[in-house]
Amino acid sequence: MTPQQDLRGGDDAPAATSRHDDGKTGATPRDEAAIIGRTVTIDRPRDAVYAFWRDFPNLAAVMENIERIDTIDDTRTHWVVKAPAGKTVEWDSVVTDDEPGRLIAWQSVEGSDIQSSGRVEFLDAAPGRGTMVRATLAYDPPGGVIGEWIAKVFQREPNVQARRDLRRLKQFLETGEVTSSASPSGRESESPTEQAL
Amino acid sequence: MRALTWQGRHKVQVDTVPDPEIVNPRDAIIKVTSTAICGSDLHLYDGYIPTMRKGDILGHEFMGEVVETGSGSTLEKGQRVVVPFTVSCGDCFFCKKEQYSACDNSNPATTSDMSETLYGYPMGGAFGYAHLTGGYAGGQAEYVRVPYSDVGPIVVPDGLEDDKVLFLSDILPTGWMAAENAMIEEGDTVAVWGCGPVGLFAIQSALVMGAHRVIAIDHYPRRLELAKQMGAEILNYRDTDIREALFEMTGGIGPDACIDCVGMEAHGLAIDNIVDTVKAHTFLGTDRPHALRQAVLACRKGGRLSIPGVYGGMADKFPIGALMEKGLTVKSGQTHVQKYSQPLLDLIQAGRLDTTFLISHHGSLEDGPALYRAWHDEQNEYTKIVLKPGMEPQHDPV
Repeated sequence: MTPQQDLRGGDDAPAATSRHDDGKTGATPRDEAAIIGRTVTIDRPRDAVYAFWRDFPNLAAVMENIERIDTIDDTRTHWVVKAPAGKTVEWDSVVTDDEPGRLIAWQSVEGSDIQSSGRVEFLDAAPGRGTMVRATLAYDPPGGVIGEWIAKVFQREPNVQARRDLRRLKQFLETGEVTSSASPSGRESESPTEQAL
Repeated sequence: MRALTWQGRHKVQVDTVPDPEIVNPRDAIIKVTSTAICGSDLHLYDGYIPTMRKGDILGHEFMGEVVETGSGSTLEKGQRVVVPFTVSCGDCFFCKKEQYSACDNSNPATTSDMSETLYGYPMGGAFGYAHLTGGYAGGQAEYVRVPYSDVGPIVVPDGLEDDKVLFLSDILPTGWMAAENAMIEEGDTVAVWGCGPVGLFAIQSALVMGAHRVIAIDHYPRRLELAKQMGAEILNYRDTDIREALFEMTGGIGPDACIDCVGMEAHGLAIDNIVDTVKAHTFLGTDRPHALRQAVLACRKGGRLSIPGVYGGMADKFPIGALMEKGLTVKSGQTHVQKYSQPLLDLIQAGRLDTTFLISHHGSLEDGPALYRAWHDEQNEYTKIVLKPGMEPQHDPV
């Protein structure tokens, strides 16, 4: 039995909301991995949201840590992710499951510096209310210095990061912009376009 | 440009700061011609609102001239606009339901976390009102960046002077929505706590909506006088037992609808008006819901309670039993300004709503610090202050 099927009290809650640690592994489970599960409703058709996500390079516009994602071929992408001190971490990912309009799953290829995997489901919200996007991400950094960096990027507050990224995705798909409050202040060290917080 | 900035509790100053720039396609830059100091700015001035940062530009009631537009803005340079204090995207579920102040997209991702923790879901964005609502620079400045400018600002005709339309930005629609939330029916008696600008506009709105009687409660003689001029009966809580008076004046039934236009910093003479505590990790000042408690207790059975007054955190000793056992209906919320802009502009143009009676003082932007102090210390005399950035200073600097 996979952890996802373990319904414990038999309720209908998403796996990521389980009070039991071993119930959270909705993505490819790994020991000690940071598992993030989060759902956001986006007032756009399911196919449109799926299409945006499936074209992985788009994600760099809304995901703060991602510098860029390059397409290698139909299923493989190259990820360049920001790390502390202006460095980057890079790896290749391959799509492992793809049901157009419904589901995308991917994971980093064998031998990557960081083992990451993700799964995003696209569900119909109530009629007229768009799409529920349910993302489950797992990051399993290695040991050593690089591992510490990656831990800083992904694991300090992984849920906060995922929450903010999904909010930006929603803003971008609903309004055409990533919302910004960049504006002047009396704090002299800031340029007017610096992010406010 | 020059801008009025928050420096800490009871300290604001006018600084030279960088000019705002267009950041996103739907932005516009407004050159401010008039900007008001709001009662809720006093909550910031008094240090009651968390997430203020030193140097933040204040002000959420402003209007002016469009001087720059992004590629996605529907505004045109030279247009005169009044800007709602609520930043709203116009595209989310909430905006489409005209619940603009609940906009799901206007609070940037990085500033949404705190209100999500406090209230369960992130708040919408607002100008000049702390980082809880996005950290947007406010309108007490020469220029303002206005995001989603195709949704918020309402264009006003050249013939209408600023003082007649400026309050479309906040307090007029807030008073109107307060009265609308009271769901006024024919024959109703409506009691209004607080005769500040929102209270006075709520009184005016309730009468326009057909209230039979409005009873206004305050303790500042000047404000009660204005309420009386609008057609309200008045009660001064320093002289009168409010619950007893409302009971007697309504023949033992109680007001059909009660509106709390006071909010978290209620004054009051009763024992319940003490400093409440909240969990330390929220960093919140405490709410003093004295007016709200009184409204719950005074309201008739099956009556309606409307709460436009601002609250931020937890209230202690809230009479939930009275609320439930009497079957009260409660409506509240930050104002869905964009929903009311056009209908209220129409009522102003038709002469059915007047907003100019409220203004007691004008000043320049440079007068801001002196006028904040006066607004705080002399609420009897200072009923509403309007700053005009182009004007010569009128007051000695503080």
